[in-house]
Amino acid sequence: MEGQSVEELLAKVERDEAEKLQRITVHKELEVEFDLGNLLALDRNPPTGLRHAGSTPEAELRALARDNTQLLINQLWQLPTERVEEALVARLPEPTTRLPREKPVPRPRPLTRWQQFARLKGIRPKKKTNLVWDEVSGQWRRRWGYQRARDDTKEWLIEVPGSANPMEDQFAKRVQAKKERVAKNELNRLRNLARAHKMQLPSTAGMHPTGHQSKEELGRAMQVAKVSTASLGRFQERLPKEKTPRGSGKKRKFQPLFGDFAAEKMSQLELLRIMNSKKPQLDVTRATNKQMREEDQEEAAKRRKMSQKGKRKGGRQGPAGKRKGGPPSQGGKRKGGVGGKMNSGPPGLGARRKGGQHQGRKRRK
Amino acid sequence: MRPLTEEETRVMFEKIAKYIGENLQLLVDRPDGTYCFRLHNDRVYYVSEKILKLAANISGDKLVSLGTCFGKFTKTHKFRLHITALDYLAPYAKYKVWIKPGAEQSFLYGNHVLKSGLGRITENTSQYQGVVVYSMADVPLVIPPVSGCGGIQTCHRLQEPHT
Repeated sequence: MEGQSVEELLAKVERDEAEKLQRITVHKELEVEFDLGNLLALDRNPPTGLRHAGSTPEAELRALARDNTQLLINQLWQLPTERVEEALVARLPEPTTRLPREKPVPRPRPLTRWQQFARLKGIRPKKKTNLVWDEVSGQWRRRWGYQRARDDTKEWLIEVPGSANPMEDQFAKRVQAKKERVAKNELNRLRNLARAHKMQLPSTAGMHPTGHQSKEELGRAMQVAKVSTASLGRFQERLPKEKTPRGSGKKRKFQPLFGDFAAEKMSQLELLRIMNSKKPQLDVTRATNKQMREEDQEEAAKRRKMSQKGKRKGGRQGPAGKRKGGPPSQGGKRKGGVGGKMNSGPPGLGARRKGGQHQGRKRRK
Repeated sequence: MRPLTEEETRVMFEKIAKYIGENLQLLVDRPDGTYCFRLHNDRVYYVSEKILKLAANISGDKLVSLGTCFGKFTKTHKFRLHITALDYLAPYAKYKVWIKPGAEQSFLYGNHVLKSGLGRITENTSQYQGVVVYSMADVPLVIPPVSGCGGIQTCHRLQEPHT
């Protein structure tokens, strides 16, 4: 029994081995071509199996794919390997097939201004030597760049030309001139680029200083110039009669139409509360009333004195005194406004005022 | 259409408070529904929440009016109260002036009211106080601008030459 099982096992192992080999080895009539750099396997065998399959070629296709992939991997295992961070890696050779273009061919660019001019004049680029003999250092130096032959910036002595101001800094002047040249070059480069892409430079958005510009264009240019400061034109000087530009602030933001109604109500009530608390207690009116009352009392006192004098003198001025006595008494009855805050005024004042008059009288005739 | 900003609300409340004083909070906070102020084309409308929701469905340029117009903001952002606010201000008015029937017609046609035409006037009305003018039948007529009212004191003073 055991012997039989051992034999069986051995047979089984043999069969497995054969199967494996069978799986690994693939028989092809035409050799498959490989481009291992692109992981490409090219099978030129005629697909007879597929033609026989008919309407459902899935199984045949899968078998074909498996065979070809097996062959490709067999080839990959034959490549030289190396170890990269604990992984066994095969080093692929250079790809042999040339892949087609990913993007379309670039359009020819429009010529720059210089190129147009050179073409017009027939100017060809002169061939220049790479190195130039430098007398000062006694060696061949490059024409431009690091350690160039005639380096302006390294000069320690600049003669002041006869026509220039003796106080002028020639070194600074040289540096400034260089900066200007660089800036000009950059501007021209950007202009060429803008022309090539048929765009306009963002710095000169539609504004070109010809001699003949309309009023609107000039106005626009002036506006842009004014706003092109660090403070966005807020502190620029203005002409005597020029008005401040309206709407130069941020755009306003409003509350939403259906905001929180309760919150809106609360904020309005709060506002009302603050308003009521800030209102003064009509001191002005009370002060003026006080003043007027005092004046009236003085007048009344005067009239009484005069009427007394008049009585003593025989009453000629009596009626006059009586007449004059009329208005002050009415004035005394005057209530005058401690506005709506009568309740808040001192009760003494109110009491004195109301003494001897009709209470709650509304009708005046 | 939009809600009022803080500044605009303050200006409007100050104006309305001249006529109804602290009763303004009864307009803001009503027990029978949520009412709010909305601004549309510089006019302030007092509108209930329900109507506001309906009005929101109308585009701004086609919307003429909603709720009750209380007044408008002028070009220089001052608030001018309109007569359409009378129905809401009259019940809460603090200072009232009643006009006799004889003077009422003349007043409604734009003439000033003489002292003889004045029926009743609330106590303690100071000069330049905001008032609401009523007819003798207690029908509110007008909300005159504040500079129009002379106040009780001037009334009293003016009586002297008459007697």
